[in-house]
Amino acid sequence: MLKYLTPLFLFVILAVFLAIGLKLNPKEIPSPLIGRPVPDFSLPLLHLPEKKLGSSNLKGRVWLLNVWASWCVSCRAEHPLLNQLAKKETVTIIGLNYKDDPDNAKRWLKMLGNPYNASVMDQDGRIGIDFGVYGVPETFVIDKKGIIRHKHTGPLTMDDISGSLGDMIKGLQNERI
Amino acid sequence: MKFIYLILLFTVHSVCLAAAVEYREFENPEQENSYYELIDELRCLVCQNQTIADSNADLAKDLRRQVHEMLQKGKTRQDIIDYMLSRYGDFVLYRPPLKSKTILLWTGPFIFLILGLILLFIFIRKKKSESPAEMDKQQHQRIRQLLDQDRDS
Repeated sequence: MLKYLTPLFLFVILAVFLAIGLKLNPKEIPSPLIGRPVPDFSLPLLHLPEKKLGSSNLKGRVWLLNVWASWCVSCRAEHPLLNQLAKKETVTIIGLNYKDDPDNAKRWLKMLGNPYNASVMDQDGRIGIDFGVYGVPETFVIDKKGIIRHKHTGPLTMDDISGSLGDMIKGLQNERI
Repeated sequence: MKFIYLILLFTVHSVCLAAAVEYREFENPEQENSYYELIDELRCLVCQNQTIADSNADLAKDLRRQVHEMLQKGKTRQDIIDYMLSRYGDFVLYRPPLKSKTILLWTGPFIFLILGLILLFIFIRKKKSESPAEMDKQQHQRIRQLLDQDRDS
């Protein structure tokens, strides 16, 4: 009896491992930045390049940093959702325009709507490296003390915005400094 | 016509190769060695099974530039590895550090090797202790008959 059951057991074990492997997303790499202060940056604004915006200007408020680019196809898919989120005005949304041409970026926002309270330009991708960016779009949630609380890699979905992410923002807004 | 295609093929390829070569300046050979060692140990997070030396993804280019700049500023190997770790986590290293989280990764192959050896050992012992099949006289006769038949034909 055991002779016939052994292969079955082995198969089941293998199948369980493979099933877990299938469910894992290799693109989701845990970020070491969560729980850490947001990296310092001071970058020119997309629409007003002579002025700069930095992480220090945003202390005291809950904000999202959304990494986007006009060349990024998934960003296009995500964009309507960001527009919806911006309409609710629950959170400050800052865009990090990553390795993009400013003219293309501006045209893109004109065409698809601008959900960002401000967008800053990271043309050579240096600040992107500081944030550990590897797959645009990425979204960071930063609390009032300037601590990164969450990172989302890839386009946000409706479920994220009305569910986990929305709840998280609400919770963070209620936190006191 | 085939000949022209062939020429075209080679020219196209050489253009691609030329584009992939980066020109870097180093102050001394040690610095150059560290550079090539480092870019061969750091993983490109976009095409995850390539090092940043192999990959031509934009991120890999940026990371190569970063490594080069840091070396030029006199940073050590460890400085650069720490820099990458604090941004991208252990995954950026092809040789992740031994930690409680990575212990299975490092010891897994040896565990499986030992497990395999134990199974092999048990299997061999079992085979050895098995007594040969017993047959009665009739069966022996039958075998003899069959063998003889075979020889005759």
